[in-house]
Amino acid sequence: MKNYYLKNVVTLQFDEKRCMGCGMCVTVCPRGVFQMNGKKAMLVDRDACMECGACEKNCPFSAISVNAGVGCAYAVIKGALTGNEPNCCCSSSGEGKNTCC
Amino acid sequence: MSGENYNTCCSGDKQESTKDKYSMGEGQFVTFPLYTPYKEDTPVKDEKEEIFNYYQDFIIDFLETPSGKVPVVDTEIHFEDKIGSWKVRWGIGRFNYRVRPGLYAVGRPNENSLIYVTANYKMSFDRLRKSLSGLNGWIMVLDTDGINVWCAAGKGTFGTDELIRRIELTGIKKIVSHRLLILPQLSAPGVSAHEVFVKTGFKVIYGPVKAEDIKRFLDNGMKATEDMRTVNFDFLDRVVLIPMELVQSIKYILIFIIIMLILHLGDVIKFRFSYIYPFIGAVTTGSVITPALLPWIPGKAFSFKGWVMGLLWAIFVIYKQGIFDMEKLSVTLAVILFLPALSSFLAFNFTGASTYTSLSGVKKEMKIAVPLMITSALTGMVVGITGHFLKF
Repeated sequence: MKNYYLKNVVTLQFDEKRCMGCGMCVTVCPRGVFQMNGKKAMLVDRDACMECGACEKNCPFSAISVNAGVGCAYAVIKGALTGNEPNCCCSSSGEGKNTCC
Repeated sequence: MSGENYNTCCSGDKQESTKDKYSMGEGQFVTFPLYTPYKEDTPVKDEKEEIFNYYQDFIIDFLETPSGKVPVVDTEIHFEDKIGSWKVRWGIGRFNYRVRPGLYAVGRPNENSLIYVTANYKMSFDRLRKSLSGLNGWIMVLDTDGINVWCAAGKGTFGTDELIRRIELTGIKKIVSHRLLILPQLSAPGVSAHEVFVKTGFKVIYGPVKAEDIKRFLDNGMKATEDMRTVNFDFLDRVVLIPMELVQSIKYILIFIIIMLILHLGDVIKFRFSYIYPFIGAVTTGSVITPALLPWIPGKAFSFKGWVMGLLWAIFVIYKQGIFDMEKLSVTLAVILFLPALSSFLAFNFTGASTYTSLSGVKKEMKIAVPLMITSALTGMVVGITGHFLKF
């Protein structure tokens, strides 16, 4: 079963003009957001995106952009309190709460 | 499943029969030491060697290669490994459950055998070696600070730079003749495949999400099918995360026990379980029941789901305690304002453990839900405490 989180919130952007149809985004996306449509990729399930950033990182043509990060409440709250960017709390020092892994 | 039927000992005949099934072609140059002591250093010394107590008990042999001796690993998971996994699920020593980064061998790999890359979190490594039973291959363990593939990729420790560094450190180029690396699909947020190719000549192939699917992946011509690529978050996936949630919630329960003890300081003798079970229930509702029943609870936002379940719990408490009368108005109000807010907060925290929430979504949820939770909980506490002293 595919679970969905909030609608219309993700920062994922796909520039079809830059796409050369290598299909890497289809391969790396763990949420089935992209599909091949002929010789180009296509966004088919944008709301399933969890902003992991795999597609952006593996697109050789920089056709994808996403503000990647962790969808972790603790990290976001801590980030907001300390004024830093939300960072995954699973640190090797074992400090703090570590639900995100 | 099929992997468990294989003989996992490196000297078995069955190993022989499957030897080249998943290799890149024919050819052999590997020589075997007759006997090597149980523990010996890997060719790559790690700078963290002195700091960490690596779990290396799975080494059963050593293999001579052009880049030095490579430890051969057992593909069987033993009782100690299971105990280890169980412990980290409960949060015991989970940041020190590490495997030494470097190169390992499974079975009798040769220059044509495939290379599987993983993190140095022992649970990730264990899953991989178990899934490779009966095959011959190389395992390249990256230094991810003992963190699993997915989290390490998100942080960038399972990343392009570490992969490139590890390719050099292990001397893998001298050991294999092909230039292919199989990475777990969930490492993709950290690794840029085209960059690795440009800098090292190795082509990165993303395998399945789960190591258990590796044989199916290989049989499918090294292509992960859609179901191998997709991350699900089914009932069992969620249930294994619950112990960790529970451990982290215990501190909340303790805080409430202390608060209630202080409030009832005058009559500690009369202190009853009924004073604290509403809190224990609300914490459990938020950190255990809501995660377990997640997709079946109405709403999309985790905080909302937690609030709904917390409200049900609060109604149950009010009914059970028989406090739905005007004389105990303050208690009723406190219960209905405080408990759902608490469950809501704990459920919201489960976004971190879930596998489908986005940063933008969590940010949005925080802006809307957290102020509501705080207002509701604080009002509930104020009403409850003033009511307790003013007796309304």
